[in-house]
Amino acid sequence: MLEVTGLHVAYGGIQAVRSITFHVNEGETVALIGANGAGKTSTLKAIARVLDAVGGDVHFCGEKIGKLAPHDIIRKGIALVPEGRGVFPRLTVLENLHMGAFIRNATVDVEKDLKMVYGYFPRLKERESQLAGTLSGGEQQMLAIGRALMSRPKMLLLDEPSMGLAPIMVQKIFEVVRAVAADGMTILLIEQNAKLALQSSQRGYVMESGEITFNGESAMLLDDPKVRAAYLGE
Amino acid sequence: MNFGHFFRSTVGIATLAALLVALPFVAAMGGQAWVRILDFAILYVFLALGLNIVVGLAGLLDLGYIAFYAVGAYTWALLASPHFGLHWPIWAILPIGAGLACLAGVVLGSPTLKLRGDYLAIVTLGFGEIVRIFLNNLNAPFNITNGPQGITLIDPVSFGAFQFSGTTQILGFAVSGPQKYYFLLVALAILVVIINLRLQNSRIGRAWQAIREDEIAAKAIGINTRNLKLLAFAMGASFGGVAGGIFSAMQGFVSPESFSLIESIMILAMVVLGGMGHIPGVILGAVLLTVLPEVLRYGVGPLQMALFGKMLADPESLRMLVFGLALVLVMRFKPAGLWPSPERQRELQETGK
Repeated sequence: MLEVTGLHVAYGGIQAVRSITFHVNEGETVALIGANGAGKTSTLKAIARVLDAVGGDVHFCGEKIGKLAPHDIIRKGIALVPEGRGVFPRLTVLENLHMGAFIRNATVDVEKDLKMVYGYFPRLKERESQLAGTLSGGEQQMLAIGRALMSRPKMLLLDEPSMGLAPIMVQKIFEVVRAVAADGMTILLIEQNAKLALQSSQRGYVMESGEITFNGESAMLLDDPKVRAAYLGE
Repeated sequence: MNFGHFFRSTVGIATLAALLVALPFVAAMGGQAWVRILDFAILYVFLALGLNIVVGLAGLLDLGYIAFYAVGAYTWALLASPHFGLHWPIWAILPIGAGLACLAGVVLGSPTLKLRGDYLAIVTLGFGEIVRIFLNNLNAPFNITNGPQGITLIDPVSFGAFQFSGTTQILGFAVSGPQKYYFLLVALAILVVIINLRLQNSRIGRAWQAIREDEIAAKAIGINTRNLKLLAFAMGASFGGVAGGIFSAMQGFVSPESFSLIESIMILAMVVLGGMGHIPGVILGAVLLTVLPEVLRYGVGPLQMALFGKMLADPESLRMLVFGLALVLVMRFKPAGLWPSPERQRELQETGK
């Protein structure tokens, strides 16, 4: 469904991503793991077109999307949940969710999707009229994912959903990520928490200094001695 | 008593309308100077609401707003004065002025699209100064703006034979020039209030809010941030252009001096002090910041005489001191402005700041 070929991202002279190639199949959850600064977020930002790639191609559902404007990416069905959550702090939870449906017009469907999001995250329903900036970190992450779902995407790009959250909250977020995936969503998941990411995905890619060094089935990567040593703290 | 609800009720609107109509006649009892001050208060309401679109709604800190006002003012001055011997009618000049200001807004906006906060403020500040310096120096090799001397004998606003300068008899009342301008300005201000209200609750308004809150997230949910930021600049600038035109006609004289940085800062202060993004707040801010310095101008001298029997400090400098102090106090005790939007008030309560 998503095909990234030879993607290259640079900040001035610094090569953040060095021609990486990977793909995500429909209905699959793929984890992109690696240490801080490996180039994971740059990869995701380049796919979402928030960042310009220097080289390479990105195809989505057979269509070339590497040159699209950032606001058109979501219209193709790719929803980015940005790093650090990026909720609209001075809008309420409900307003944030409605914003997620910005590209759509039919109000009836939006109401239905709101129910769907509240189904995944009952906590958001309770906090509906609260300002997003006053939510806890975990709740903001829920809101960011919920907002992305409101656009009815074909694919979710999740950038470090566990970042800065308490372990119990991380568990909760990942339960929902798995539930969303189980309902048929295609997900590209970026994580430093390699264990959790591999446990929640079918396949994984390991990134190191801007290059993909390993890839394979998540279960296999979890057992790989090299991956275990480098990323699972063993 | 909730003021917001009061102004939305029929009785509230009727009271407000009666007040607005009576105001210039009451002010005239203190002399035409006060009517003129009122005119400026309304003109600044107009300007502040224009800037509110850029700063309050879209969250783009613009320190060069006065440049668009200058573009509008000089458009009127050049097209309706003996300087070029042109005397075009209002329905031609005002749209041209607004259009040119709008164009200037886009010209300023496009190179600054990737800038935010402090950086944007510095670039817009520079732009404002560039426009002023241009006006100051465009008298050679071709004399376009007449340089620092400015342009004089500018035509007043007129609709056919109806002139806005001088006194006319209307329904047995003697209505002075400033009073007529007052009503014109009030009409324009009401128009810009309506436009502001409509924008705030529209799809465009919500997109602006999103950009203000988080630009990357705004892009990610499908908002064309480039076009919408340009639109904010263009709309704000157009209002500035219209206000400039009326200013030019009202004064009969323009010079680059009127468009200095301090003017941009004053308008921004009106928006921030009143309550950024909240229309009643911005109106209050504009009226207070126009009227307060004038009240101080006339009040500080006599007050000293009454209290101490002699002049202790020069009223002119004391006036700015009191004014500055008032600004500091408001920001200290009402950080969201004198009349912030309900959302902003709530935010302050919830976060306990």
